[in-house]
Amino acid sequence: MTTYYTKDHEYIRVEGDTGTVGISDYAQSQLGDVVFVELPAVGKTLTKGAEAAVVESVKAASEVYAPVSGEVIAVNSAIEETPATVNEDPLGDGWFLKIRLSNAGELQELMTEEQYEDYLKTIS
Amino acid sequence: MASSPPGSAPLRHTPLHSRHVALGARMVPFAGYDMPVQYAKGIIAEHQHTRKAAGLFDVSHMGQLALVGPDHASVSRALEALVPADILGLVPGQQRYSQLLNDQGGIIDDLMVTRPLDSDDRLLLVVNAACKEGDIRHIRQHLPEGVGLEVLDDRALLALQGPEAEAVLARHAPEARNLSFMTAAPMQVAGSACHVSRSGYTGEDGFEISVPADRAGALWDLLLAEPEVEPVGLGARDSLRLEAGLCLYGHDINEETSPVEAGLAWSIQRRRRQEGGFPGSHRILEELENGPLRRRIGLQPEGRMPAREGTEIKDAAGELVGEVTSGGFAPTLGAPVAMGYVASDFAREGTQLTLVVRGKEIPAQVVPMPFVAHRYKR
Repeated sequence: MTTYYTKDHEYIRVEGDTGTVGISDYAQSQLGDVVFVELPAVGKTLTKGAEAAVVESVKAASEVYAPVSGEVIAVNSAIEETPATVNEDPLGDGWFLKIRLSNAGELQELMTEEQYEDYLKTIS
Repeated sequence: MASSPPGSAPLRHTPLHSRHVALGARMVPFAGYDMPVQYAKGIIAEHQHTRKAAGLFDVSHMGQLALVGPDHASVSRALEALVPADILGLVPGQQRYSQLLNDQGGIIDDLMVTRPLDSDDRLLLVVNAACKEGDIRHIRQHLPEGVGLEVLDDRALLALQGPEAEAVLARHAPEARNLSFMTAAPMQVAGSACHVSRSGYTGEDGFEISVPADRAGALWDLLLAEPEVEPVGLGARDSLRLEAGLCLYGHDINEETSPVEAGLAWSIQRRRRQEGGFPGSHRILEELENGPLRRRIGLQPEGRMPAREGTEIKDAAGELVGEVTSGGFAPTLGAPVAMGYVASDFAREGTQLTLVVRGKEIPAQVVPMPFVAHRYKR
């Protein structure tokens, strides 16, 4: 089980050919209080970099992009009811969706956790 | 300001800037100032604390001005040439909300006007930060001989808002209890010569405290040390005023919108309606008589999805009838709310409309404002 990150602060935690997608702790802290999450339909096919979900804070709406290509196989409906979970536990209960990877090679274009930590140092 | 490379516009600091930074605020550029959008606890916690206890806001970026002349009648007439409110009729210590109007009756800025309790040769004005340079030019261009405009840039402005504001301020300035909503008085607050008004931008009871800039830090520290008080940034200031149904300049009102369209006709007193004589009075008196073509309304969208500024408003037939000018999540209600303009035929309470958010059609109903009841001490 490995977690990868994008420059837009999504993460994907990969187990076999599926991955759990959400936003990083840095992303939730930058957004502030999350008040609304819009999730895709299960079965939707996403291409890497396409809009996968929308997350809204008190101040603004932000897109969540698909870190890799694949089919949405599950969404976390609980965060539609209690969006604050995204702030409280972004890497755990605050996940957005699960995706079945169509091209595992795309993971090589993402950052590892260590690379992401270094990346955060360059932007803050 | 420190010197900076040519071509760059350095952000200005209020006298409290270093305190915001020390409190861990997230700082953002706003109207040319580096301002706190939120502190460590976040917008929703700050919002709810203001509704429950007391929030302390740095609003020193706003423009504090004094219109100075030989007597009350002279300065009032000078200002009445620019705004539609009855200024002449203000009693000492009374404050009124008004708008600087252009010749088409559009709003150049909205402002608070106070006739001081202690001097009859001046009116105190508070204008929006983003508009203040333009306002100063506009007012000066239109002043008659003998009336001048002073910019009080040696003063800071703090807002203390919420149900505990009176108890907190009265510990340091007992006379604060004597003020009622929209009145003001000079008073010593913990030894500093302040000018305090009972007003604000949250819908709560509260005060705005004009304090000499060099005493602002000490006053901020003193009020923040009170157990009921938490600092509140611009993020919660916006969500609080949205719930209170109050206009944000540049969004809900601008140079195109008239006070009548904006639902601000209450701020045009009877004498001015009878006499006219303010910019754009032709349009505004006509709108008061026959109703405006469009009106600012409150909207309650179904579900949880916020509808933000710029969202299209459609009628049941799918025709475009207006646009959202402010919208977001209302923490007190735990639901989204919005305000915007619609053609007057669609402004009636209970009208069912549709908001188009990211291509999705969200049903919404026209509802009265404020969304959260005001709790002013009248």
